[in-house]
Amino acid sequence: MDQINLRFLFYGYSAAWLIVIAYVILLVRRGQKMDKELTRLKNLVDERKN
Amino acid sequence: MREKTVYTLGLIGSLILLYNLFTVFMVLPDEAMQGAIYRILFIHVPAAFAAWILYTVALVGSVMFLVKKDFAYDSMATSCIEVATMFTLVNLVTGSIWGRVMWGIWWAWDVRLTSQLICFLLYLGYLLLRPAVNEPTQRATMSAILSIFAFVDIPIVFMAIRWHDARTQHPAPVLETGGLAPEFKGPFWLGVLSFILISGAMVLVRLHQENTRREMDSVRREVHAL
Repeated sequence: MDQINLRFLFYGYSAAWLIVIAYVILLVRRGQKMDKELTRLKNLVDERKN
Repeated sequence: MREKTVYTLGLIGSLILLYNLFTVFMVLPDEAMQGAIYRILFIHVPAAFAAWILYTVALVGSVMFLVKKDFAYDSMATSCIEVATMFTLVNLVTGSIWGRVMWGIWWAWDVRLTSQLICFLLYLGYLLLRPAVNEPTQRATMSAILSIFAFVDIPIVFMAIRWHDARTQHPAPVLETGGLAPEFKGPFWLGVLSFILISGAMVLVRLHQENTRREMDSVRREVHAL
């Protein structure tokens, strides 16, 4: 029982951190992509204005 | 200012979480009936608490958007819902793993578990359907209505283990029934606090992205106009 208990405790914590870390990576990547796109669009506006 | 707040919330939340994990794994003894697996409680319940708080903030944001038509409220609602849905998934997965050890099954179709799964699916639907509407006002209005509709499930999830005639395998609320030993209460509430702080930092980051998206839309319109 104790071994199974510890194994599933490990699964539980691992799954939780995996979900949180995957979300944080998604959040950071999306942010970087959006910042790049915004800079590109602003440059495009400047180009067209000039 | 925003970045400072994000880092401060995230750092304080993470430090409390690390301290709490040390206490949970190195200081607290095994529970008499459950053995070591009860330690899942220290992430399972805080994840649910953080999600419920964020769903409530999202509800307020959605109602405020419908009343004032201010997009800042729509951004707040969608940011909260995304982070809350992630925490609901953490809650469901950790609960299922706990159930596998304690009940011998991964899942039970009882009131509490099913209503929480429905909650997750409703808000996941919100997040998946939102990008399908292009017109910003229409998108925000539909999102607000869907968010208010989805919130109806939250009181059902909350009350499912409190109704006397509800057939649920889920344990009774330990805080109200006195089922939580005094030495477990400190780490339990610290866990809740750390999850709230970390989720707050995540919402702020997500909120910034929503503002960037709005700025991108306006610059795109400018590009087309030129």
